[in-house]
Amino acid sequence: MSERNEWPLWEVFVRSKAGLDHKHCGSLHAADPQMAIQLARDVYTRRQEGTSVWVVRSDQITASDPGEKSSYFDPMEDKVYRHPTFYVLPKSLDHM
Amino acid sequence: MPASITVSSHPSVQYLLRIGDTCLIHAQRLAEWSGHAPIVEEDIALANMALDLIGQARAVLGRAGELEAELGGEAHDEDQLAFLRDERDFRNCTIVELPRGDFALTMLRNCALAIFLKLLWDGLAASSDGQLAAIAGKAVKEARYHEEHAAGWVVRLGDGTSESAARSKAALDVLWPYVAELFEDDAIDAAAAASGLGPRWSELRDGWHAAFGAVLAAAALEAPAERAFRSTGKAGRHSEHLGYVLAEMQHLQRAYPGGVW
Repeated sequence: MSERNEWPLWEVFVRSKAGLDHKHCGSLHAADPQMAIQLARDVYTRRQEGTSVWVVRSDQITASDPGEKSSYFDPMEDKVYRHPTFYVLPKSLDHM
Repeated sequence: MPASITVSSHPSVQYLLRIGDTCLIHAQRLAEWSGHAPIVEEDIALANMALDLIGQARAVLGRAGELEAELGGEAHDEDQLAFLRDERDFRNCTIVELPRGDFALTMLRNCALAIFLKLLWDGLAASSDGQLAAIAGKAVKEARYHEEHAAGWVVRLGDGTSESAARSKAALDVLWPYVAELFEDDAIDAAAAASGLGPRWSELRDGWHAAFGAVLAAAALEAPAERAFRSTGKAGRHSEHLGYVLAEMQHLQRAYPGGVW
């Protein structure tokens, strides 16, 4: 399919209930924002997963470069002191 | 082969059959798109909407069967009503049994039917039958979404490329002669209005033309001229297409009576 005939890709974010974040749940092709919202509703909220939907054109998202993963993320591997695991928490907070 | 059932000719039962059968056959035609829609997202959307309509058909046919018993006849459940009636006993509007055609025809028909059903459910929400009013209250939300979905497509296709506009126009020409039947009144409508069961369908005509006309205008399409022809599916006299729909839909229950998954 030539690029001219292909509908743009959209990333779909669904909020499962009020107060929670919109979470990324997938992507779909649609011709315009309205269609993207409708199709997101039909594809990703069929089983009552959502109360609100966002769609963002995938080409509007700036992403980190997978090739730079080693310099971006690997240095954090040995810095355990950044995790708050050295504090002793009261037992009642065991779900932190 | 299990024998076909005969349904009460009481006007209230007949009124409910018109609604339930219209939803059921409409759903059956929509479900034909499963695996054939132009994109997978639409495939899922159309299947969702077919399932909404099946849910509405189940509820209304179920109520019709109960009503038969309340009126002193034999009760039928939704499955018996869907699978064991002959063509002549189906009361759906003819427009829903026409072949699904191309995507333009399907979207125009969906839009026409969604607007019609939305107006009908709105009227039925005030029904003197509490169960029917509850069914309508839930179904109207589904119809609103179906309208939004289909109207978007009608505008996109009608006001799209020369190919999509030509197909939309051709589809409208095919469907238009069958629209008038939706709003034809008879004794069953009069009885429903008198008992408070539901509105005469002719009462929905103006609202439908206003809403559908607005979609056509946005789609740069024009309604064809009105003709004298009237289809008669609501009275059980169908086009040649319904028999084939029923043959496919009823085959399993006729061949394996009471079969379940």
